[in-house]
Amino acid sequence: MELSGAQILVQSLIDEGVEYIFGYPGGAVLHLYDALFQQDELKHILVRHEQGATHAADGYARATGKPGVVLVTSGPGATNAVTGIATAYMDSIPMVIISGQVSLPVIGSDAFQEVDMVGITRPCVKHNFLVKDVTQLAETIKKAFYIATTGRPGPVVIDVPKDITAPHIKVPYKYPKKVSIRSYNPVVTGHKGQIKKAVDLLLSAQKPIIYSGGGVVLGEASKELIEFTHTLGYPITNTLMGLGSYPASDKQFIGMLGMHGTYEANMAMHESDVIIAIGARFDDRVTGKLDLFCPHAKIIHIDVDPASISKTVKVDIPIVGDVKPVLEQMLELIRESKKKPDGIAMEHWWNQIRQWQAVNCLEFDRQSPLIKPQYVIEQLHEVTNGDAYVTSDVGQHQMWVAQYYPFNKPRRWINSGGLGTMGFGLPAAIGVKLAFPDENVACVTGDASIQMCIQELSTALQYNTPIKIINLNNRYMGMVRQWQEFSYQSRYSHSYMDTIPEFVKLAEAYGHVGMRIDKPEEVRPALEAAFAMKDRTVFLDIMTDQTENVYPMIEAGKGHHEMKLRVATGTSTDRELA
Amino acid sequence: MRHIISILMENESGALSRVAGLFSARGYNIESLTVAPTEDPSLSRMTLVTRGSEEIIEQITKQLNKLIDVVKLIDLAESFHIERELMMVKIKTTTGEMRDEVRSMADIFRGKIIDVTPTTYIVEMTGPSEKLDAFLAAIDPDSIIETVRSGPTGISRGEKGLHL
Repeated sequence: MELSGAQILVQSLIDEGVEYIFGYPGGAVLHLYDALFQQDELKHILVRHEQGATHAADGYARATGKPGVVLVTSGPGATNAVTGIATAYMDSIPMVIISGQVSLPVIGSDAFQEVDMVGITRPCVKHNFLVKDVTQLAETIKKAFYIATTGRPGPVVIDVPKDITAPHIKVPYKYPKKVSIRSYNPVVTGHKGQIKKAVDLLLSAQKPIIYSGGGVVLGEASKELIEFTHTLGYPITNTLMGLGSYPASDKQFIGMLGMHGTYEANMAMHESDVIIAIGARFDDRVTGKLDLFCPHAKIIHIDVDPASISKTVKVDIPIVGDVKPVLEQMLELIRESKKKPDGIAMEHWWNQIRQWQAVNCLEFDRQSPLIKPQYVIEQLHEVTNGDAYVTSDVGQHQMWVAQYYPFNKPRRWINSGGLGTMGFGLPAAIGVKLAFPDENVACVTGDASIQMCIQELSTALQYNTPIKIINLNNRYMGMVRQWQEFSYQSRYSHSYMDTIPEFVKLAEAYGHVGMRIDKPEEVRPALEAAFAMKDRTVFLDIMTDQTENVYPMIEAGKGHHEMKLRVATGTSTDRELA
Repeated sequence: MRHIISILMENESGALSRVAGLFSARGYNIESLTVAPTEDPSLSRMTLVTRGSEEIIEQITKQLNKLIDVVKLIDLAESFHIERELMMVKIKTTTGEMRDEVRSMADIFRGKIIDVTPTTYIVEMTGPSEKLDAFLAAIDPDSIIETVRSGPTGISRGEKGLHL
């Protein structure tokens, strides 16, 4: 079969099993769009801005585990995609991004809409390619998917010059079934000796804690993690990226850890004598001040990426491998071992943890006449039976979802953890809804974040992706305002927007349903009404308490044991800011 | 501590910039870098000299190994190895006395005079970097017109080698 480069690209994606491609046309990809037009297997989702394309593909990938695919044109199309590529890179999300490029003979001449995409994306991709020969195109695409989805996943860019896709140049096409790259061989199973050492240490622990992260989600190892945790009977905490990979309703779960984690999770980390980190990377939002991090603990670390091990925190027993087979290997050893977890020590340890839990660090004012954002999330959890896909943007609302929406399944919680990209939530929700049209999909956002990619409301209408947007509107960039309150004596420098659009009208202008909620008693009925509208995108503009802060909190430069808790007596947080 | 990291990588455009970019993006120090194709034209060999604590060097080698274009690498400082650097120095030799001085110094350091003009000599020298430093220190600095050094490259001793 002889095909043009454009046809090869489209056919390769179909042969790879790609269902959706998120993109935006332009000069350098016109041949490709013409090839897309002449087929109906591969579904193209036209976004309104290339950043939206990357986030939508990313949301699709996070929810399904399959790679997200993006198509953008050269120059500004490519640079607009960079934020979304970096977002996926920081959270190890498999994506393949195809960017158009000016024709090979004019590369380097500052041609119209030319930008060095391979150069620009180099630090924020797992790998990238510039295709220089149409006969290499199919194999390059296969390699890109292979690299993006194996080992520690990540985004891969394929930069395709326009002349490579020219309709009159046809070459034989065959999509490779398999590809091997001599310089790329990700490790899968763990080193047996290391695993044995780890199991010995785990079984002799007095104050152990399991600290697991996004690697468990990416590695599809929830089942193994649950079995491992139940077998040991040890407490478990999740990172922001790991939420849902262990059921939050399980009694061994002690909440998220880190900057806005629970008091009990952070205290348990601080006091622990053995930590097993599973698919987590000791991010600075998790560790707090490194010198104060877990001073008494021996650390076991399982990670597929050797470079994640001992990067910031020195690890005692490193295990390189995929989380799933390593946990299976460990479980087998634990079951065979004559040694059992120390029952008496565990009773003391759990008693201690229960005392920390009694602090009730997530309590908030339920009598307030103003709408408390935490209350909204609790109600969202109830109305959706705790089973929705929830995307978020970045800031206070993101932390409140992490704290007040207990996830019981992996891939339900979709947020930008590493890069912290405002504007992520709405397009990501569209990607999730396309993948799971019958599931409830909510985008929890704020009045600042939502405006960063609000144009995608138009995409949501075009492709009929009825999502529910929960806008916690506090008329502030809430997290910025919170830091300014704590660290800059309440000098709220540019964290307030004097002109916020009327979101209800805006939603209506985009063809959706808009609802404004001003009183606490309106929250529940509004949520119920919104989720009852199965075929409509609903924008709930919820006017929340402006002064509410995210507690508890580890402030910059502090350790896990130095959490700032909400002052229970204070009613000051209820007042409206002047 | 100073480390010489020797890398076997795909001989593809962009591979060099991936390595250089990694060092600048992660704030690693890079003292010198040499690169050339090997007997297998699909592979390049790169030698780079860096400094850092054990933890930093460990991260550098791990991060380098993560690059898809990197096939293999070794830290030469971990085993017995031979290190060589090439240097060419253009020296002002306007008087007979200066010519004699440079010639004898080149002999002592086992350098070669590879170009002669009425007013200049070019001395070629290979050796470990410290030897080249020592030669430069022994020459009157005012007489040096130009110095060019390749940066060190190295190879491990014995039967072990960096190959596919």
